[in-house]
Amino acid sequence: MAINKILLMGNPNVGKSALFSRLTGARVIISNYPGTTVEFTQGYIKLGEANPAIIDIPGTYALEPTSKAEEVAVRMIEEGDVIINVVDATNLERNLYLTVELLEKNIPVIVALNMWDDTKHKGIQIDVKRLEKILGVPVVTTCGLTGEGVKELVEHISKARPKKMEPLKDSERWEYIGKIVKEVQHLHHRHHTFLERLADLSIRPVTGIPISLLIMALSFLVIRFTGESLIGYVCEPFFEYVWAPLMMKLYHLFGANSLLSGILIGNLVEGRIDFAQSFGLFTTGLFVPLAMVLPYIISFYLVLGVLEDFGYLPRLAVLADNIMHRFGLHGYAIIPMILGLGCNVPGALATRLLEGKREKFIAATMMAIAVPCMAQIAMIVGLVGQRGGRYVALIFLILFLLLIAKGLILNRFIKGKSPEILVEIPPYRIPHARSVIKKLYMRIYSFIKEAVPLVLLGILFVNVLYALRIIDFVSGIFAPILERIWGLPEESIGALIIGFLRKDVAVGMLGPLNLTTKQLVIGSVILSIYFPCIATFTILAKELGAKDMFKSALIMLTTAIIVGALLNLIL
Amino acid sequence: MKISIVEMKRGEIGKIAEIQGGHGITSRVQNIGIRTGKEIKKVGSHFWRGPQTIMVDKFQVAIGHGMASKIFVEVER
Repeated sequence: MAINKILLMGNPNVGKSALFSRLTGARVIISNYPGTTVEFTQGYIKLGEANPAIIDIPGTYALEPTSKAEEVAVRMIEEGDVIINVVDATNLERNLYLTVELLEKNIPVIVALNMWDDTKHKGIQIDVKRLEKILGVPVVTTCGLTGEGVKELVEHISKARPKKMEPLKDSERWEYIGKIVKEVQHLHHRHHTFLERLADLSIRPVTGIPISLLIMALSFLVIRFTGESLIGYVCEPFFEYVWAPLMMKLYHLFGANSLLSGILIGNLVEGRIDFAQSFGLFTTGLFVPLAMVLPYIISFYLVLGVLEDFGYLPRLAVLADNIMHRFGLHGYAIIPMILGLGCNVPGALATRLLEGKREKFIAATMMAIAVPCMAQIAMIVGLVGQRGGRYVALIFLILFLLLIAKGLILNRFIKGKSPEILVEIPPYRIPHARSVIKKLYMRIYSFIKEAVPLVLLGILFVNVLYALRIIDFVSGIFAPILERIWGLPEESIGALIIGFLRKDVAVGMLGPLNLTTKQLVIGSVILSIYFPCIATFTILAKELGAKDMFKSALIMLTTAIIVGALLNLIL
Repeated sequence: MKISIVEMKRGEIGKIAEIQGGHGITSRVQNIGIRTGKEIKKVGSHFWRGPQTIMVDKFQVAIGHGMASKIFVEVER
């Protein structure tokens, strides 16, 4: 039988993705399952002469789906030729439930007993040969982080055969698993390791809350330091000393005031290229995504990746549970908020971790209004930071207060109850450099692939709108709102239009307008609130449905008008 | 003595006797590994009716307060 598709399936948090990156080469694509926003990662594996696809399926506890991601996992089983069932060896009993369900499906299965290295210091002993005999399919011990056992796993793929097994009832299944576990597993008592003690301390409120504040502060410092260093020592020098002279030559080659140099290089400021203000495709169009935003994307995702792999995020969710309940959410809703700080798109995708429609709506609306993405943050830091750090702090304070206010209000006015948290807290693990770097690389790659073309398009669009005098026309219509309510000059309408496309470009457009500091603060806040960028909007519309998206958008626009007006009065 | 997880003391060990609630809750709780007959250890609880953390086999689970008050364990006191 030819093997075309191999599926990697298992419970959440069993090290599936680490194993996946060990199994596949460099060619990895992330795609959406048709008709959904559920992502899956696909790669290729070398199997003798053949090169079958291998797919990392979203983690699931059972084949009766309780969430959209699990639904997709179940549907994809039909497409697989071989299933590699990744089992957490330190948590055999629970993991075997899915294994038994898979065996009942009569598809070739191989069991990868992952996290094998952890069993030793956890005092768990498993008789692998015996387990293999009982299950009737190959069982290979692996360690995704070090790559141990991966080669053996690959060798077994072509040997996998289905086990002919009669479907069991729910209770029979647990009974069967209980018997297996009793026969193959022995637990020993052993002393707590340092990481386990740290794990205990960081989940208890008394010690956990100070630890979480410390981690937040530290993350912030590392992100800032790394981002600023990259900008100051790498990106800006490159654009200033290498790129600018090159562009000047191009400018003169095309002719000083020609249409082409206007679009590609933009306007000169005092006879020189100003990367923040020239607004040409090759100047501002490349400078914004690559020199202003990318450094912070790199530093943010580096820190986030380490925290994720360390296993900290579920603990943060538990600690935040109390506060999030005031907003009608449970602790896990903090994950979309944190991801949203990187980019609102993964933040919006992560709202599907939440069970109910109400929760999704609240979390998505809160995030879209009050969580600026890293691209926007970077631009605010770059632009408003020139007027003084306290104004940057002021913007974030306003947004933070708004986040809390929105949560309280939405929870009060939307009918329903907030569901409860139920989450496994994985043990702490020392992050592995290889997997952190691979994840960072994939995130940077997708930022460059998706953001750069949109930024270029945005800037081209700005130039066209100005050339055709459309912005002048629209700003005439909206001038009363902008000037009377928000105290912004009518030219700022351009930024609001482009904000639909890219928020970073939009903030950048406030730069050449010669705004007062107050106007700059109001403009930055409004750009964050009034509407999500097009990419986030598309995802949110899919996740929430048209009706809820419309409601959510209405809330955003109203909030922008009110908050902008208030700031104009107070500041 | 039969008490709910919420009433357990930190470090106390008990055997799950009963899980109240509909099919939805029971199967969610079961899927994550909490079933009648299992021995659990209370790890801690968060104030203001916050989540309860327990240890089952070799892993930790955080359970919302309401859900935890519907899971009863047999303890020796």
